[in-house]
Amino acid sequence: MERRDFKEQLKKTAHLARLHLTPEEEELFAKQLQNILDYFKKLQELDTSNVEPMAHVLPLYNIWREDEVKESISQEEAFKNAPEIEDLGFKIPRIMKREE
Amino acid sequence: MRTLREIKKIYENKEANVKEVVESYLEKIKEWEPYINAFLHIPYEDIEKQIKELESKSPNLPLYGIPIAIKDNILTKNIKTTCASKILENFIPPYDATVVKRLKENGAIIIGKTNLDEFAMGSSCENSAFGPTKNPWDIERVPGGSSGGSAACVSAGEAPISLGSDTGGSIRLPASFTGVIGLKPTYGLVSRFGLVAFASSLDQIGPFGRTVEDIAITLQIIAGHDPMDSTSSPYEIPNYLEGLGKSVKNWRVGIPKELWYKGVSEEVLKTLENSFGVFKEMGVTIEEISLPSLEYALPVYYIISTSEASSNLARYDGVKYGYRDFTAEDLISMYKQTRGKGFGSEVKRRIILGTYALSAGYYDAYYLKATKVRRLIRIEFEEAFKKVDIIASPTSPVLPFKLGERISDPLQMYLTDIMTIPVNLAGIPAISMPAGFYNNLPVGIQFMSSFFTEDKLLQFAYAYQQFVDFSKKYPTLPNKERV
Amino acid sequence: MYKPVIGLEVHAQLSTKTKLFCSCSTEHENLPPNTNVCPICMGFPGVLPVVNKKAVEYAIKAGLALNCEISNYSKFDRKNYFYPDLPKGYQISQYDLPLCRNGYIDLYVDGEIKRVRIKRIHLEEDAGKLLHIGSGDRLSESDYSLVDFNRAGIPLIEIVTEPDINSPKEARLFLQELRLILRYLGISSGDMEKGSLRCDANISIQTEEGKFGTRTEIKNVNSFFSLEKALEYEIERQIEILKRGEEVIQETRHWDEKNQKTVSLRSKEEAEDYRYFPEPDLPPLMVTEEMKNKLKSEIPELPAKRRERYLALELSPVDVEILVSDKDLSDFFDKALRIYGNAKNLHSWLSVEILSYLNENKLEFKDLDIDSERFVKLIEMVDKNEITRPVAKEVLRRYLTKKEDPLVIIEREGLRVVSDTSYLQDIIKNVISNNSKAVEDWKKGKKQVINFLVGQVMKETRGRASLDVVKNLLEEELNKL
Repeated sequence: MERRDFKEQLKKTAHLARLHLTPEEEELFAKQLQNILDYFKKLQELDTSNVEPMAHVLPLYNIWREDEVKESISQEEAFKNAPEIEDLGFKIPRIMKREE
Repeated sequence: MRTLREIKKIYENKEANVKEVVESYLEKIKEWEPYINAFLHIPYEDIEKQIKELESKSPNLPLYGIPIAIKDNILTKNIKTTCASKILENFIPPYDATVVKRLKENGAIIIGKTNLDEFAMGSSCENSAFGPTKNPWDIERVPGGSSGGSAACVSAGEAPISLGSDTGGSIRLPASFTGVIGLKPTYGLVSRFGLVAFASSLDQIGPFGRTVEDIAITLQIIAGHDPMDSTSSPYEIPNYLEGLGKSVKNWRVGIPKELWYKGVSEEVLKTLENSFGVFKEMGVTIEEISLPSLEYALPVYYIISTSEASSNLARYDGVKYGYRDFTAEDLISMYKQTRGKGFGSEVKRRIILGTYALSAGYYDAYYLKATKVRRLIRIEFEEAFKKVDIIASPTSPVLPFKLGERISDPLQMYLTDIMTIPVNLAGIPAISMPAGFYNNLPVGIQFMSSFFTEDKLLQFAYAYQQFVDFSKKYPTLPNKERV
Repeated sequence: MYKPVIGLEVHAQLSTKTKLFCSCSTEHENLPPNTNVCPICMGFPGVLPVVNKKAVEYAIKAGLALNCEISNYSKFDRKNYFYPDLPKGYQISQYDLPLCRNGYIDLYVDGEIKRVRIKRIHLEEDAGKLLHIGSGDRLSESDYSLVDFNRAGIPLIEIVTEPDINSPKEARLFLQELRLILRYLGISSGDMEKGSLRCDANISIQTEEGKFGTRTEIKNVNSFFSLEKALEYEIERQIEILKRGEEVIQETRHWDEKNQKTVSLRSKEEAEDYRYFPEPDLPPLMVTEEMKNKLKSEIPELPAKRRERYLALELSPVDVEILVSDKDLSDFFDKALRIYGNAKNLHSWLSVEILSYLNENKLEFKDLDIDSERFVKLIEMVDKNEITRPVAKEVLRRYLTKKEDPLVIIEREGLRVVSDTSYLQDIIKNVISNNSKAVEDWKKGKKQVINFLVGQVMKETRGRASLDVVKNLLEEELNKL
């Protein structure tokens, strides 16, 4: 893939992952990740047309629990690590950007 | 500088009490920490509390008064747990991981939280936000990762046993690099509840120790079904100590040609030559086997683990806990800045890789393909274990390398895990045993066995340790050497 | 032609005691924020989900009731996106292998049967709630927001229809019938105002056979009638666009209840890439025949069947609808019917005495504590003239409001109809002697005066005499004079 194309791809992916990258990081990562992704292409050598994907290593099924309420942590414990609490809610900055 | 058996004897003979034993280890920690930085946090107050609580418990508990160090990606209630990341720098968990609960119930003393590669992503312990851990055998070299701290502390004698986690070799590699024993159990044997998830289908918690017996004792406590973990095995666990000492004559050991010679350094091969002689003395038969799909293990691992990680780490968003960038004025900026500043480079790299591998247009070629090849790898192991009881390989292709040596080329770093990764993909158990030294640097040998046969694996490792025993060989404090 | 083509996506909260993946209580109404939360539903580091068995059972029941195939093998997937009400940064849902598939609901629309096919039903967890604080109501005007995780993790089933619906009215009828079925099953309260039933609509206009128009998605519809109104508005809007020769833009539109129109959501974000992949923390589900059969046996008679049965009893369609729309009411009706037999009369009593009471006091049938046997006894007593209708009404009221046993009251207060002839004749003779002017009038030919005299007798008996009997006896006595 073209270096320039990949940088665009990188920007898009970083946005999807909500990660801010500095221009230096963008440069560095573009190079490193391109390298790694090329290495991944190796997998295409194998014929897997008749193979089922494996999402779970243990062949377990129907693991569930009864519908019974259990006490857990107190509200205080739930808030202990919170960056900002107001009126018993987790405060977050405005969701929409301010219009210019 | 003792095994569990020896510590228990001390208590039985009333040679010292728990406080004194713990203090002797804290002394050791004070001595070594300036050189190796294995610990991120020693909870002195909590230790005192734990010792006090132990007074009302039975001295017959299997881990009574045994100090144990815990990797800092395993949650300990009210004791800071950071995953060696800025994003969780001040995180105080409101609950204990299941393994921690079980250790405490059985009398263990949590002596400290150890350093790791941030979020367990790394092979050298250089990716910690709080400085690297050094190898006690040579403080200019890495201890291996990601459980570098847990391995180093047992290696230096700062604790008799410790817990680490292994996703692609993160217990076995540092065990090999620091000359101690490290076990990765079968996937699902040990509960993951309270282990900060890196790659959910690969992660397992496991013990470090100096003798196979200590590994077995610890495993006995932490293994077994946990209703809080839907992927935890529902089966009864055997007695892991029962087989220790029994004969392994005529057991079949498989040597996969893909894991020996190609890509393994001369030094490692030379050091491990000795082990073939040992196998003869043990009375086992050696058979060459072939696992051709192992050639593809690395890309499979890095696609699956980064994909799962990219999803598992999405929760670190500055809303409910952890670091938040308060300068951001709107939500999306807050997310991006918090995660951009809070995560280190390797973590960001892997999140991007994983996000990419799962994204529209790439899912089939990367993630889906990888999970199919994963099945092929697993099938190959299943077939192999029909022919052999144990599979042996070097744990690492190289000697412990110098700090900074591999850090600038991620792919080079990833290649360090080439022997250990297939094990996690298949889900089978594996142990790294100290096998020798090259220029005073430890070299480990890896033994694998089939699913849920840890009892057999430990029996074999125990037999091996009768011939190759470094349990009493400790590194010396660097300043002492200079004299 | 301009044919509306509509598909609905409905989310229903399941009324289990605990959340889908943790043991927190699902109560979240009128609770302070962040009360029923735990590390799991808040997405703390290190936590793992464990499936609520009851939620799976409820979802299967929904599938069975909607005529779906229940998948033998079904799994969970992660839907990845960032939003503050989504604590893990992903929602555990089901993507390509949902629990139920290929079902249908048959509706009666203007006398004909209209089948709306159900594409799929799957399980997923609900998100938390956001409270926007700022200068205005809208998201875009808020200065900051507060997150409450009480609702996070509550089990939802998502029901997706094929685009078989062709009018706003059909859409409303569908949603109402779906809600009714869920309530009959007892798996969801289906309350749109409270948010336990939510509906999004997809709508396009078809202008040629075989070709489909561009569809828009309508969100923020909070009641059955809003759904109908929103679709009506949107249909007109799209038709106008097409008439002008322009193209409809594919987008998500918000129903603005206040201004009664759909508004384009100004977010110019491209379609989210959810990066679905199988949930590694949860093993798949395998539904056995045994499970299916057990759950099937627990499903009660559903509205469609019940309607058929009531129509066969020759109740009017309107009356049938009244009964069927409230399962508790019709269950009671069925119980009473088993001992009484006259469906029409039974329904009439229910309607006049009970339903009006409920309406007046803004209650639901399930809030009443009423025994079918006693209710039927009262009706029978009126049928046999043992008590008068007004007495029955009064006694019933007292039963409903003060829980006094009606049969006990009747005996204790002697409310039975008085038909003892000799007792009545005495009273009649009294009334006649005390009302000589009226009697004179009657003799002179003013026959209507008898009503006055009857009234006097009724007064004496405190309304407990049978009107007809009194009139007859009075006439007899008067004739004797």
